[in-house]
Amino acid sequence: MQIAIVREVIDAGNITAELKAGADGAVCVFDGIVRDNTRGRRTLYLDYEAYEEMALNQMRSLAEEAIAKFGVRDIAVVHRLGRLYVGESSVLIAVASAHRGAAFDACRWLIDTLKKTVPIWKKEQFEDGAVWADGEPFPEEIVRG
Amino acid sequence: MQVRVLYFGVLKELFACPSEDIEVETGCNVGELRKVFHGRMPERAWKSMAIAVNQEYAGDEVLLFEGDEVALLPPVSGGAPGDACRRR
Repeated sequence: MQIAIVREVIDAGNITAELKAGADGAVCVFDGIVRDNTRGRRTLYLDYEAYEEMALNQMRSLAEEAIAKFGVRDIAVVHRLGRLYVGESSVLIAVASAHRGAAFDACRWLIDTLKKTVPIWKKEQFEDGAVWADGEPFPEEIVRG
Repeated sequence: MQVRVLYFGVLKELFACPSEDIEVETGCNVGELRKVFHGRMPERAWKSMAIAVNQEYAGDEVLLFEGDEVALLPPVSGGAPGDACRRR
């Protein structure tokens, strides 16, 4: 597993190449990038910050859970922090598996779950002001135990 | 006893500091600490935050101990941008 929080450009090609092994029939890659607008409001850049030690622990547990749940062989999850401009990658998730179905399913589950539970936040800088992005509500079991 | 409370995202801006040492009663749990912050932040932020103790999400029943690291976490928004916003 490669689990990392970085402040430099995410090297998607290298991460994906390193993940591949002979037993794999598929690598499914999700590359999350900074869009140029939110609801039509033009975005200049995003500032990402994290509760870093906890975020890393959460990312590692999610990857372990995905391997157990979907039977995929290996996973890379890399998130970038700091200031990111339009078109840059904020997160890369790559899943290697013998079969594509499991790789797609695990990849989708990983990004959806990461967005709800991994303690990372972003502030969106627009042309006319800045706001902390509304996160999705925490899953009930997290807020109340 | 004292616990260290860390603030993130919008809460770090609201309190204008990344962390504070806070005095709480011995035997205090997460739910009681949560109440300490009621009224110190907008109601919506208070209702939607999660709390982590020593880097694990913690429900209201979890007991606090001297020196614990308690983090107040607004709803997270990592990953690819904007999906949550688009649904609203």
